[in-house]
Amino acid sequence: MDLKELKAIATREHQKQDKTCIRCCTVGGCLSANGLAVKENLEEAINEAGLGGKVDVSGVGCMGLCSKGPLVRVDPTGTLYDRVTPDNAWGIVASLPKQMDRQSSPRIMPSQYQPNNHPFFTRQLKIVLENSGKIDPERIEEYIAADGYQGLYRVLREMNPESVIETISRSGLRGRGGGGYPTGLKWETVAKAQSDRKFIICNADEGDPGAFMDRSVLESDPHRILEGMAIAAYAVGASQGYIYVRGEYPVAINHLQKAIRQAKRLGLLGSQIFESPFDFKIELRIGAGAFVCGEETALMASIEGKRGIPHPRPPYPAESGLWGYPTLINNVETFANVPTIIRKGSDWFSQIGTEKSKGTKVFSLAGKVCNTGLIEVPMGTTLQQIVQEMGDGVPDGGQAKAVQTGGPSGGCIPTKMFDTPVDYESLSKLGSIMGSGGAIVMDETTNMVDVARFFMEFCMDESCGKCIPCRAGTVQLYQLLTKIREGKSSLADLEKLEALCDMVKQTSLCGLGRSAPNPVISTLHHFRGEYLALIPNHHSV
Amino acid sequence: MPITQKNPQTHPSSDKRFRMLAATMKRYQYASDALIEVLHQAQELFGYLEEDLLLYIAHGLKLPPSRVYGVATFYHFFSLKQKGAHTCVVCMGTACYVKGAANLLTTLEQQYQVQAGDTTSNNQLSLVTARCLGACGIAPAVVVDGNVEGHQTAESVIHRVEECLHHGS
Ligand SMILES: Cc1cc2nc3c(=O)[nH]c(=O)nc-3n(C[C@H](O)[C@H](O)[C@H](O)COP(=O)(O)O)c2cc1C
Ligand code: FES
Repeated sequence: MDLKELKAIATREHQKQDKTCIRCCTVGGCLSANGLAVKENLEEAINEAGLGGKVDVSGVGCMGLCSKGPLVRVDPTGTLYDRVTPDNAWGIVASLPKQMDRQSSPRIMPSQYQPNNHPFFTRQLKIVLENSGKIDPERIEEYIAADGYQGLYRVLREMNPESVIETISRSGLRGRGGGGYPTGLKWETVAKAQSDRKFIICNADEGDPGAFMDRSVLESDPHRILEGMAIAAYAVGASQGYIYVRGEYPVAINHLQKAIRQAKRLGLLGSQIFESPFDFKIELRIGAGAFVCGEETALMASIEGKRGIPHPRPPYPAESGLWGYPTLINNVETFANVPTIIRKGSDWFSQIGTEKSKGTKVFSLAGKVCNTGLIEVPMGTTLQQIVQEMGDGVPDGGQAKAVQTGGPSGGCIPTKMFDTPVDYESLSKLGSIMGSGGAIVMDETTNMVDVARFFMEFCMDESCGKCIPCRAGTVQLYQLLTKIREGKSSLADLEKLEALCDMVKQTSLCGLGRSAPNPVISTLHHFRGEYLALIPNHHSV
Repeated sequence: MPITQKNPQTHPSSDKRFRMLAATMKRYQYASDALIEVLHQAQELFGYLEEDLLLYIAHGLKLPPSRVYGVATFYHFFSLKQKGAHTCVVCMGTACYVKGAANLLTTLEQQYQVQAGDTTSNNQLSLVTARCLGACGIAPAVVVDGNVEGHQTAESVIHRVEECLHHGS
């Protein structure tokens, strides 16, 4: 494979794309809502109307507005239809521009949420999701037609590893897995490590119970991850990569397997990629349902076939990771940013976002909000814009009370702070974290003590048991929260709760234990009244 | 024939599934770090991981049985108990929780007289909980016999489970 062949594939694909194309979401929520049957019926309706060969029907990835699925979009006009049932297929075909005068079936109304007029779409800026919902994730040709693998070409043929790292550093990209560690710096450390073998890992374990960004990217645009990993591997000098993906995501696994096979076939993975001396292989590892395996050292233990138990750092994976070799580990979304940064340059990327948080962030907006789904917004967008404008607020005229970010390691941000711009620093200041991108809206009916207890139960179940503060502390915290919830506690219990939170936070071994008290601390801070209201004989609320 | 380190491929029963499992182990060259992949395959073939099966794998990969047992019990995905003919998984992730998943679960527990994590006494239905299926956009979500169903209510989930129990789909 060389650049000419790559461009030839893209050109062939572009010629096909001039036609009208009906794109159906066939992943995630839409798949569960019968999206495949919609697609099959559309194909049938097209044939019946004698349009076979003139109009294409294709399955694509996530279009974002999951709560209104199954979604269907007619291109090139971009008209979106929502809540499409298989029976609607004939109506959609009857509404195609050139079918208007032939009254075969009653037409159906397009969605009130059009990509060009609703803030849910217009407020977005898509880098990671630029191809999601546009290309067929099961065809490498469509990724190539969307400029795919050109970044890898440029890197292998025109750049040395140092300048790749320099580009990523200058872009200001930070890890999207939760911590926000500067990606360029991490790459540099691994590149500098002296070793004849190095590994690279994509963390696709997405443990936050309420987040599905990574799932969506893997299902909708798997080649982007492969390309991002290959670029990183070249930069740090690795020739073997692993993707550790949750067992709960069968479609993502399937699309990744297909993507790896296709990339190998075209020589975009394997030996001497783009006729350069660079070799790179990727293998999948399927997780088996343990939250702690999202933590990097536990994840590596799991790849080695062991129980997913973290070990203290240092040594960091960059020095001694998988089987003791230097290892680079990044999140799915981090890798997904890489091909575009290489193609468009670090200056382009660093213009987006805030001073310290560059680029965009994908959020999975869920909970008590009208429009749930996936959104990608520039860093610095406010929660107000996300919840009220993009999400259309709480259903049935309810009032939002808080947004939970960062899952079991994060916290709840109350409505009065919704004007906070979303970036790493601002969210930490409020006692929450950016986390991997789950944003769950809670309304007046949600009790915050319940929420704290819910997350503590999660951490208690998921604690691996290696260190005592986390193993025993989460149990104690859970019991205290239960006691408060049942109205059997006193003010002294509240003090005990706070002291215990502090202890678990300070002394646990890994991030799981160290952040487990966060939901309690943040709800105590912002919603103390709800705790006090549950304490008998306490009136000074 | 006893299972020995020399002939991990053979198993005394003529069950074809053991041969398929042996092929998987061979594909990974009996490497001990393939343990989780092998367990995945074993559970797919047999439905759950019996003690005998764990021993067989331990021999095949030349690992102490304690290590195999330790790994199999560490991960939620692996089940050491036989499952019912049908399964209903209720998502208890955050998005589903704030949309009333706990209510779905209690309804199911009461209707079928079974605790979450258990199987009904007639072995027809296993009720399981999960932590986020990645279907938060259509919360609350359940999985009935492998099919994800979104926007559930107490009535709709019972209706769906009844369909499965009576018509097998
Ligand atoms: C308990 C725990 C769970 C984690 N879960 C995830 C996860 O699901 N996905 C992820 O990418 N990172 C997760 N992390 C963070 C990883 O340890 C690691 O920092 C990250 O993958 C690094 O990638 P990044 O620099 O691209 O963010 C978790 C950390 C902890 C402590
Ligand atoms: S919380 Fe239930 S699918 Fe994510």
